[in-house]
Amino acid sequence: MTFETSGAVQTIAQILGSTLRVSTPLIFAAMGGLLSERSGVIQIALEGMMLIGAFAAAAVAGLAHSPWCGALAALVAGALVATVYAQFVISWRANQIVAGTAINLLAAGLTPSLCKNFFDSSSATPSLEIGERFQYAPMVFVWCFVGLFVFWIQRTPSGLWLRFAGENPLALESAGVRVNRVRWFAVIGSGVFAGLGGASLSIFLASSFSRNMTAGRGFMALAALIFGKWQPLAAAGACLLFGLADALQIRLQGVVLWGSQPVPVQFIQILPYALTILVLAGFVGHSRAPRALGLPLKNS
Amino acid sequence: METLQPILAVLLGLSMGLVVARLAGESPWHILQILGRSAFGSRYDFGMTLFYSVPLVFTGLAVAIPLQAGMFNVGGEGQLTLGALMAAATGILFSGVASPWAPIFAGLMAFLAGGFWGLIPGWLRARRGSHEVISTIMMNFIAAGLASWVTLYLLKNPESQNPETRAVGSNYLISHLSFFGEAPVSTAIFLALFLAVLMQIFLARTIQGFEVRALGESETATRAAGINASRIRILAMFLAGGLAGLVGVSEVLGNAGRFRLGFSPEFGFIGIAVSLLGRNHPIGILASAFLFGALHKGSADLDLETENVTRDLSLILQALIILSVSAEGFWSWIRKKRSSHDV
Repeated sequence: MTFETSGAVQTIAQILGSTLRVSTPLIFAAMGGLLSERSGVIQIALEGMMLIGAFAAAAVAGLAHSPWCGALAALVAGALVATVYAQFVISWRANQIVAGTAINLLAAGLTPSLCKNFFDSSSATPSLEIGERFQYAPMVFVWCFVGLFVFWIQRTPSGLWLRFAGENPLALESAGVRVNRVRWFAVIGSGVFAGLGGASLSIFLASSFSRNMTAGRGFMALAALIFGKWQPLAAAGACLLFGLADALQIRLQGVVLWGSQPVPVQFIQILPYALTILVLAGFVGHSRAPRALGLPLKNS
Repeated sequence: METLQPILAVLLGLSMGLVVARLAGESPWHILQILGRSAFGSRYDFGMTLFYSVPLVFTGLAVAIPLQAGMFNVGGEGQLTLGALMAAATGILFSGVASPWAPIFAGLMAFLAGGFWGLIPGWLRARRGSHEVISTIMMNFIAAGLASWVTLYLLKNPESQNPETRAVGSNYLISHLSFFGEAPVSTAIFLALFLAVLMQIFLARTIQGFEVRALGESETATRAAGINASRIRILAMFLAGGLAGLVGVSEVLGNAGRFRLGFSPEFGFIGIAVSLLGRNHPIGILASAFLFGALHKGSADLDLETENVTRDLSLILQALIILSVSAEGFWSWIRKKRSSHDV
């Protein structure tokens, strides 16, 4: 009897542990999405920026034998891609959804091509040694960042600029702050965090980059951001919830709980997205987007 | 300049892609040759290009119609998944339907299933104010999960290790055009052509079509004119979803004879590019669907025929073309330059 309970406790502890782990890349990416979207720029390119970050991290961590160098590379790579995105959507006023889709396609094509060129395989980078990977650092850092975000957005002047750029850009402009400059910084910042999210996928959860390894996590982070009503702490909480669904789903794969069929884990997989739709539609709470989200500033 | 812009954008995107290939150590001319030969080299190759173009016509139209009403349908992928799944399910469960009616029946069911998947975000936008971009993205993932469940649990093909359903009744299969040899170019291509023209007639010549366009121009004016904006939104998204669902006709009834998980190389997302590049005009949509189909087929041989470039170059080319065509400010800057030269 005692043996069984300790078994159950162990199982629950394992699931909670893996929830914390698998939600780490989601939280990084959601913080990136938060930066961009609170400034008024739709960010569906999280997926692509994560993918680039995941590749850069695995490639550089292996070459430099240091996960920190890998994380730095992911951060820079994410920022570079975000710069391209910002140039198109802020300076050239390209449609943000179209340009975001293009960035995702670009990342999906570019990462295997680069992988092929550097490592002679378009499917994966060489496997990393223990010392070239993170053991727990990203998991700690990501929560520090969440704390910083909560403080920064609510309590600092630049946090206020970010919110105004997304809610009422004209008011911010007339207060003498250049809205597009705020948005540039926010979008590049979103690339930095999405890149780190990718890094925590390839050099923390896994030990190499593999083709299309983000597998929709960028979109899941976006869903968490909306589910968390564009608030840092709530978005991080949503990432934990989605991470829990993911951890459960992995654990239950192929397990027969009742009858003769394995548990249909697909329903756990679609849960985050279904919940997000319900919240967005106001059936469960209500999630309201920043007022100026998706509207480029007209050049005067 | 207006009509030239998409063509310039394609050329710009292509040249940037070839620069990427050059950086990877391949001669751009060699790449172009491979792309051209693989896409148009023989009747079979040309047929495969057409085969990839047909779904893109459907998904391109699925983006174009809501766009006219001022909405962005990013849900083509989910809608086509549901449509294809429904086409397969119909063909498996009602295998006794007589021959000429069977494919029509399955096509209709695919249209309805895809349409239903588009109607939900349309309804949510109209009645609950949820942004359709977000809800269609979410619907894509829900569709993927549902399709995986139905395929692996309900309709699984017991004779195969692949994640696919059982085969549909043979009376559901539509005929192939023998001109293209082994390439599965089915009569679905005529459906695509017909619907591209029909969309233009719908938008230009019918009252509903006018209402759709009016809503895209100005919601306030539309409401002032007494048009029910919610109804138009729902209608536009239903039609869009239905059109995307018709990918089920070309894929399930015209090619595989079953639903295969992951059969679509992101047709739904490339539909955004098709619609954008095609400027919502039927000829434009057909031409850009053909272009993206050719890129997809053309790059298939890059893996074998080059040392440093893989078929993934097609994704890069597509992305660069989309980026080039999307940069409004860039093109207006060019226009300004030109007009200042003329003075």
